Amino acid sequence: MITKRIIPCLDVRDGRVVKGTNFMGLRDVSSPVELARYYSDNGADELVFYDITASAEGRGLFTDILTEVARTIFIPLTVGGGINTVEDCDRVLKCGADKVSVNSGAIRNPELIRQAANRYGDQCVVLSVDIKRVDGSFRVFAKGGREDTGMEAIAWIRRCVGMGAGEVVVNSIDTDGVKGGFDLEMLDAVCRAVRVPVIASGGAGCTEDFVRLFRTLPAVDAGLAASVFHFGEIRIPELKEELRKNSITVRI
Amino acid sequence: MGAEDMRATAASPAADEPTGTVIVDYGVGNLFSLQSSFAFIGQPVTVSGDPAVIAQADRLILPGVGAFADAAAKLRENRLDALICQRVGAGVPLLGICLGMQMLFDESLEYGRHRGLSLIHGVVRPMDEVVPGELKIPHIGWNALHFVGEKHPIFKYCTEGDCVYFVHSYHGTDCADSVIATTEYGATLTAAVARGNVCGCQFHPEKSGRVGLSILRAFCEWCPDARPEDEKGGASV
Repeated sequence: MITKRIIPCLDVRDGRVVKGTNFMGLRDVSSPVELARYYSDNGADELVFYDITASAEGRGLFTDILTEVARTIFIPLTVGGGINTVEDCDRVLKCGADKVSVNSGAIRNPELIRQAANRYGDQCVVLSVDIKRVDGSFRVFAKGGREDTGMEAIAWIRRCVGMGAGEVVVNSIDTDGVKGGFDLEMLDAVCRAVRVPVIASGGAGCTEDFVRLFRTLPAVDAGLAASVFHFGEIRIPELKEELRKNSITVRI
Repeated sequence: MGAEDMRATAASPAADEPTGTVIVDYGVGNLFSLQSSFAFIGQPVTVSGDPAVIAQADRLILPGVGAFADAAAKLRENRLDALICQRVGAGVPLLGICLGMQMLFDESLEYGRHRGLSLIHGVVRPMDEVVPGELKIPHIGWNALHFVGEKHPIFKYCTEGDCVYFVHSYHGTDCADSVIATTEYGATLTAAVARGNVCGCQFHPEKSGRVGLSILRAFCEWCPDARPEDEKGGASV
């Protein structure tokens, strides 16, 4: 049976991996290539790289690093950040990425999803959504979680999947950085709405959070986290051993 | 990249000099990871769509992602289909990967009915015919390999139950004679096939970590008998 995926996420700015807490106070962690190799050798099923660079110079550094990462490790790579056009997709896929994650770019121009899916296939297009509860509803946020778009999240996700998004990363702003566990209520709502793989993001603080995620919501395909992996609070081989003990199928 | 472009960049071997392993570039998908994988395991490869280079290859890799019809048409554009079949007939080992594996079959029912290379007998069909409705399609992610029969030489370094990375919505069927590995996804799906000096894997070895790299390495070391098992006099299968 297909295994549940554990996915470390690496935010990259000017060629270095950083991770914010509630999207604030970035902290330099390590070299992307070294971290990617470490994770690939230590049980990560996939890696996500978010380019949070603002400058053109930084963007060039990012593609250089991506190429180097893709030469070094042989597990699926997803790249996000600054993907606004099909040309942006092309740029990162040529560097060795397997999937492109779209977020604000799709909010600005939803046709981006259809264009990318038509050119590269649905399996290549990952919709990433930052979601926060506002007045009792799930609301889509843009620009790294700073701007309320006013759009209802479930309807947005359905629409994007209809246009060709092949996977959905659900990032709960409400639980991100808090380390109190994944946002099970939000994830459940998304899983009920779409039939593509759903990746949980935001809130992982300990091994038990992943166990609870997959036991409570068998429809969730993968768990994504950053700082708990980067700072060694959770080690993936131990996490997978614990998942297996709880009858959750993982790749050991 | 077309054949003309490739001639300018690829090493141009002397007329009868073997070119080692060649990844057939017919404009379908990104070959960067595959090329990097071979570099990583220390196996020199040439990426080329040039019939002259392909004709000299010791081993061939047929990659592919995307739609079957489109890929089949592109393969025919430079008559690469006939060339590949001719080289296989001459005993050159061939590995098809993902859509490249599906191309080895007689035909595919992906959006219509499209002819393949008929190097493996069988039909590529939509997975939703056999995979229960509650499971998601495409089948994306890491799944376990189960060997069928005697372990095939390309799995020389693998262990039963090793996980590899799949991304597909169609699967090889009616190919029981050629199946060398399966995977379970609500149904038993064809994970890898082989017949004579031809083999193919539905999963992506170049994205399957250590296990995947070991399969590429084993393929490079594989010295098959050119004739398919079923055409050998008195051979047991």
